[in-house]
Amino acid sequence: MAKFSKKKDSGTPAISTASLPDIVFMLLFFFMVATVMRENGERKVSVKMPSADQVKKIEKKGLASYIYVGTPIKKYQSKYGKEPRIQLDDAFASVSDIGPFVLKEKAAKREEEKPLMITSIKADADVGMGIITDIKEELRKVNALKVNYSTKKGEVTVNFK
Amino acid sequence: MAKRKLQEINAGSMADIAFLLLIFFLVTTTMESNYGIRRKLPPLEDKNSPPPPVIKQKNVLEIVINGQDKMMIEEKPEKVENVKKIAIDFITNNGKDPKSSDNPQKAVIMIKHTRETSYKMYISVYNELTAAYNDIRNRYAKQKYGKSFDKLTEDEQKAVKDAYPQKIAESTPKR
Repeated sequence: MAKFSKKKDSGTPAISTASLPDIVFMLLFFFMVATVMRENGERKVSVKMPSADQVKKIEKKGLASYIYVGTPIKKYQSKYGKEPRIQLDDAFASVSDIGPFVLKEKAAKREEEKPLMITSIKADADVGMGIITDIKEELRKVNALKVNYSTKKGEVTVNFK
Repeated sequence: MAKRKLQEINAGSMADIAFLLLIFFLVTTTMESNYGIRRKLPPLEDKNSPPPPVIKQKNVLEIVINGQDKMMIEEKPEKVENVKKIAIDFITNNGKDPKSSDNPQKAVIMIKHTRETSYKMYISVYNELTAAYNDIRNRYAKQKYGKSFDKLTEDEQKAVKDAYPQKIAESTPKR
């Protein structure tokens, strides 16, 4: 009767983990696709975008160039002060750098994509319009007229709470 | 015969490797919302171009925002909540009120702000104006084509846009 007693010893069999890599890979691929590497450079200014509800989505993220405007984060405040600054790519920039930046972005795109390019201004809700106006003027100078004011989705009344 | 001896590679650590990568991508991913208000900037004025046509005072809705984010519409203090309604009334006036716009094609909304005006105030006002135009266009589209603006074909959308062109002018504040 040794045969039977052996079976009883084993108890519940261990759950097979053979499909675990597959599941993990699936998740991995999802996040790999969802990640946009270029966007994740160091953010040197803090940006809390205002809310708006008449918004459109940027369909082709690759065709957008981003301009960040906001107060420098704590780490950089001793060096750059607390006044709102512009960040292009990974570095602080001045208003006059915007023209060359947009042209550089444009030069990197294919010919048929160039008219579709859009400049997305990601500005903090509390910055003054002065700096935004300067940016707009610079964009007009290089004929980059399509602008997207990045916002969160929400009621405008949220902005004044 | 040597082939027989080849052992299967142990795939047990594959999950660990995949997990490592997964965690890396998890951390670096920011599900960035890419929403925003679209705007087309006016091209730079050419020095040789003819001066802009004179617009009658009554066809301009003047919105002034000062450095403390206080707003005046046609010289009356107003709140952001009311902008949409005022804009709709102004654009669709069609000559009813002799002091308001003649027709939607002529109606121009003018935003004046200072360098100190906050961005959120500007965006809020801009959003409300966009809402007003979207509202009017939607209503017109429903009336004419029985569909909302988004569902129209490109040509139909263009017809609606021509009927109610979005004319928002901004003055550049001085330094």
